Amino acid sequence: MTRRPVDTGDPDRLYTVTGGRSRADDSFDLVALVVSECEPTAGMQSEHLRILELCRHPTAVVEVAAELRLPITVVRILLSDLLAMGRITVRHPQMAQSAASLPHSALLKEVLRGLHNL
Amino acid sequence: MGSTISELPSRRTPLADAADTGLKIVIVGGFGVGKTTLVRSVSEIRPLNTEELMTQAGVGVDETTAVAAKTTTTVAFDFGRISLNERMVLYLFGAPGQERFWFLWDRLFSGTLGAVVLVDTRRMNDSWYAIDRLEHHKTPFVVAVNRFDDAAGHSLDEIRQALALPDHVPLIDCDARVRSSGKDVLITLVDYLYTQAMAQETTP
Repeated sequence: MTRRPVDTGDPDRLYTVTGGRSRADDSFDLVALVVSECEPTAGMQSEHLRILELCRHPTAVVEVAAELRLPITVVRILLSDLLAMGRITVRHPQMAQSAASLPHSALLKEVLRGLHNL
Repeated sequence: MGSTISELPSRRTPLADAADTGLKIVIVGGFGVGKTTLVRSVSEIRPLNTEELMTQAGVGVDETTAVAAKTTTTVAFDFGRISLNERMVLYLFGAPGQERFWFLWDRLFSGTLGAVVLVDTRRMNDSWYAIDRLEHHKTPFVVAVNRFDDAAGHSLDEIRQALALPDHVPLIDCDARVRSSGKDVLITLVDYLYTQAMAQETTP
């Protein structure tokens, strides 16, 4: 049983989904990988339920947003709720968040190997 | 092309359970230049589309997280992914070149490995702006000329000159529709990043 998906075109509806909050936790990088730590239970907010279902396997924040058809900001708020309740864990990217720093050559070498093997 | 809203989940292959490192590369270019085509040609999933909110007030200001404001607009972008190995997964984002998009750059694409500027020789101005913004954000990039419909046939030298592109920035031809060509573009970028990282690490 799933409820009607959220209408992303209506800001008031989004406001409801997030319980009135409009500030996202930017610590959820677009490519942070989210993993469910529990099964969805009855009575859960439908968006939480869908996230827990989706993230049985590691799933990037941006994929969660695309699947739920919700803006990134809204998904970040939903994920912080689930994280605070211990229902998900997050595998953060290793990359430095500062714009000007280069990734380590060892990491890039692994990326190159992966691309060559495609 | 590209910007249609993605459909609901469709038996997509999940990532390996050991996946723990997400990486990103951003493909920047003007409307219709072939960003989504390039993402699609190398992605292991059909490209998905998502969006981020920004308020009108946020234009020109780096504070754009208000969801409820009446003047909220959205910026949409496509993405695909490549599992590089059991642990590492590379996400490719097609980013529109339009001006308002750049206000979201740091919130969406901080920590990106680098960028590919996809060029259509008939619309060089779009690329000019993208190159300027990437330099401003200190994001390393390469430039790829999508040749699939290039009647004029400008040489790479002419294009480098037209874009005022420094010699050290790699500039290559590609056909965004062809997987091996898209793969070459990505390899060119990561090779370039690797060379830079090595130079930085060996400098005392």
